[in-house]
Amino acid sequence: MPGVSVTPPPLSPPSHARRLRTVGPAPGRWRRWAALAGLALVAAFFVRIALAARLSRADLVINNGTEIASLDPATVTGVPEGRVMRAIFEGLVAKHPRTLAPLPGMAERWELSPDGRTYTFHLRPSNRWSNGDAFTAHDFHFSWERLLRPMTAAEYAYLAWSILGAEAYTLLDPDDLYAGTEALTSVALEQLAPGRVRLAPTAFALAHAVGAAPGDRPAVGAALDVGAPLWTLAGRAAPSPLAGRVLARGDAHVELEVDENAVRNALAAGRLANDEDWRATAFSFVGVRVIDDYTLEVELHSPTPYFLGLTGFYPFFPVHRGSIERAREEFPSTWQVEWLDPSRLVTNGPFRVSERRINDRIRLVKNERYWDAERVAMRSIDVLAVESYVTMLNLYLTGEVDWIDRIASNLVPRLLKRQDFQPEPYLGTYFYRVNVTRPPLNDVRVRRALALAIPRLDVVEKIVKAGQLPNFSMMPHGVTGYAKPEMEHAPRGSGIAEADAFRRDCDEARRLLAEAGFAGGAGLRTIVINYNTSEAHRDIAEVLAASWKNELGIDVKLENQEWKVYLDTQRTLDFDLSRSAWIGDYDDPNTFSELWVTGGDNNRTGWGDERYDDLIHRAAREADPKERMRLLVQAEEVLMEELPILPIYTYVTQNVVNPRLGGFYENSRDEHFMKWFYWRDDAELEEFRSSLPAGLERVPAPGPTEGQYPPAGRDAVVR
Amino acid sequence: MLGFLARRFVWFLLTVWVVVTVSFFLMRAVRGGPFSNERSLHPAIEANLQARYHLDWPLWKQYLQYLGPFELSDTGPEALGGDGTDRFGGLLAGDLGPSFKYRDFSVNDIIRQSLPISVALGSLALVFALVLGLGAGILSALYRGRGADVWIRLAATLGIALPNFVIASFLILAFVFVLPLFPVAGWGTLAHLVLPSFALGAPFAAYISRLTRTGMLEVLSNDYIRTAHAKGVPPLRVLWRHALKGGLLPVVSYLGPATAGILTGSLVIEKVFAIPGTGSHFVNSALNRDYTLAMGVTILYTVLVYGLNLVVDVAYSVLDPRIELEDA
Repeated sequence: MPGVSVTPPPLSPPSHARRLRTVGPAPGRWRRWAALAGLALVAAFFVRIALAARLSRADLVINNGTEIASLDPATVTGVPEGRVMRAIFEGLVAKHPRTLAPLPGMAERWELSPDGRTYTFHLRPSNRWSNGDAFTAHDFHFSWERLLRPMTAAEYAYLAWSILGAEAYTLLDPDDLYAGTEALTSVALEQLAPGRVRLAPTAFALAHAVGAAPGDRPAVGAALDVGAPLWTLAGRAAPSPLAGRVLARGDAHVELEVDENAVRNALAAGRLANDEDWRATAFSFVGVRVIDDYTLEVELHSPTPYFLGLTGFYPFFPVHRGSIERAREEFPSTWQVEWLDPSRLVTNGPFRVSERRINDRIRLVKNERYWDAERVAMRSIDVLAVESYVTMLNLYLTGEVDWIDRIASNLVPRLLKRQDFQPEPYLGTYFYRVNVTRPPLNDVRVRRALALAIPRLDVVEKIVKAGQLPNFSMMPHGVTGYAKPEMEHAPRGSGIAEADAFRRDCDEARRLLAEAGFAGGAGLRTIVINYNTSEAHRDIAEVLAASWKNELGIDVKLENQEWKVYLDTQRTLDFDLSRSAWIGDYDDPNTFSELWVTGGDNNRTGWGDERYDDLIHRAAREADPKERMRLLVQAEEVLMEELPILPIYTYVTQNVVNPRLGGFYENSRDEHFMKWFYWRDDAELEEFRSSLPAGLERVPAPGPTEGQYPPAGRDAVVR
Repeated sequence: MLGFLARRFVWFLLTVWVVVTVSFFLMRAVRGGPFSNERSLHPAIEANLQARYHLDWPLWKQYLQYLGPFELSDTGPEALGGDGTDRFGGLLAGDLGPSFKYRDFSVNDIIRQSLPISVALGSLALVFALVLGLGAGILSALYRGRGADVWIRLAATLGIALPNFVIASFLILAFVFVLPLFPVAGWGTLAHLVLPSFALGAPFAAYISRLTRTGMLEVLSNDYIRTAHAKGVPPLRVLWRHALKGGLLPVVSYLGPATAGILTGSLVIEKVFAIPGTGSHFVNSALNRDYTLAMGVTILYTVLVYGLNLVVDVAYSVLDPRIELEDA
């Protein structure tokens, strides 16, 4: 240590005199007491500070598993975030907690045009924000523009791309905006006759960018057709002084009927020269239109059967424009964080945020201004961020938490005997990605051999153990209206022993491998399985590796990687086989099938097939739902023939729930709605227990014995 | 003394700068970034995110930006479509930046919220460690070789050998499930603090008891203690007035590292007991590639450890007259 010299301790004690000199006149006694007292004081002080924000227990305490990334519905992704979003915001539609069918949300009713492309949503005029502001269709217009604009950097923006012109809007290059701006300010304006001007094409870089967007959406350019009304060039700053008509449209110019002085004035005032205006102009091409305060029209580029459900998905939830703009004025540099502060955040859902402490809890309280507040039973909810599996289970077992969403797999068999653990399959699938760019995995016969020799039943029964379903498809079980095709394999089911079927699959696998020139694994290099560090993933990989070694003679090496490194390995195609999973965003095959198009962002296998791309492309434009499903099935048939992925099993939910908690249903998305939660009274609790399979261990159900029902009464709950 | 402090301060600045620089470039050298996720972003959207946090800049420029308040942006703070997303003042301005992962918080916010909690936990753990360790060590020395000594030494060996999360598990089993005295986890009441601070302090208590025992034994065998006894000073007074001071010196020098150890060692305990302190960020920020938060927490710990060591050095010189702080 620099600066200190420690003299070697002398053999004899220091002289009395010297001690007095250095220690000083004060006797050492009180110093020692003072030191101890000081330490105790410091401790007490900090304990006091730390405990100052003490909260009493909420009506309901749930564990969310981790701290959520943000309270902004447009920019978050992930299950924990979704839970909070559904509690504090609400979209055009809400969902039934069991069936997930659309229920009235902010919209009290809606219509779909006969061609399946235009929805008209009718908002309930009595809707209010949590601060009392009126809620109108403009709020959705604002929020969806925000979701789509590139600066928001919303990860889920692409889900809104089924709206006409939306993809082009998100991908609009800022350079195009500036190009357009420069062109306008320099020249680009030519008077042809009084009231008639010609604009050069650079000025319309924007319009072109929108019209000629990837994904060939010509409908956008149609707005520039001759005779069409001209949009308001100046946007918000100068309300429609430039409204006019498009007279003629050439490749190099557009002729407009417009007051050119207004254009010149606007240019001189710099009103055309900011991208807000250009954005407003560009967004007028997007199929989101406010008809009146309570009517919103949404035009899709092609019929999208799952769109209605998407409006109940959190990226589509509205945000409060007034509070964002106020924060922007008040905190010019930090407004993006400030408007989300619990003291300023304005929401429109059944609950609002009253407090938030990072890594600890989010305290939600009932939003009395919510349109359906009469049917909301819980007055306060604590959302905890406990990450440790053991700790969350302990909290549940001691009655401090009422719902946890995951458990360690070694505890599954014990919990399966209890009344509070009833796993159900949901739309998630566990599989391995294959890097098809690397030999020998570029040979489809090798991939098929590997896929066949996976002992799926062993994996689900001996490792994950919670009732997961062995899967022979990309698609998980239970996608509504979809009969999933499976990869070719020996039949299973009634009367056929799994062992026999698996033996036949392995015979076929050996045959394929021999056909590929690797009989008995001879000449095959060692294949590496990459997985992110986790015991469950390792156990599964070991079972697969053992089977491939024993059945096919293939040497397999396991390589675990830290999460982000593993993701990087996958993205850069630096693997042979990579552990993977996909949880559907909505109940439609598209959320899985869109992954595998050539060059898709989430493809990450190097695989691509024109047949597949074409089928997916056609399905996206198909108006007839049955035909669309048929195309998607065909697409998956291609996928299961080519096997760039090795399907393993379909996920099940892992919720452990206090039996007294009513309004909680397992469903195909593992999506739960705190709006509907209530406490069962003892009579209803008994009724619920007797509805469960017999022979399960009866578990305690803490909570109010007299129940807690919504103000509208116990019949108002959704069953 | 003043000269010593001044020199220490210069060293301190140098140390922090080295830590900042090394950890900045180490962080960026690790594979994977803050925005990589199981769901890949659309390239255009990812580019927007990168630009918002200036991750598209060359590394040296990002480094200066982190240190600064320097005006490095070509287009000024309005670069990103004029919505003022550039809100990072730089380290010298006392701004640790926005968190990449917890987007509703700045790193300063996160530390402001979590540090008092860790300090509360840590100081209580230190009190536990001192009271238990000193008490056990003195007893052990006084009853050297007898039953009490053997048991205490055994307990101390266990305490040093067992990691704190194992102790925590035993405590939870005993005092939550068998004897339901304390809550199992969480934060909010004094009762929530007892088990975690005990588990956190236990290994340090064990070590302190050993140090105290050794120190006391050495002092107790000295002539001046025998003299004190001989002239009829009551035994407790001998212990308190004469023996303790010399016997405690090794403990004092251990307090610096111990406090640092308790602060940084709290991460596992914080996880086991679901305590929203700084420790969990220490690990999670690295796993999340939350560059700014990881840097912020690293700098925080550097400052803490350095500061605590300084305090110990000064305290040492006050307690032990044989030691002088070099002024030169």
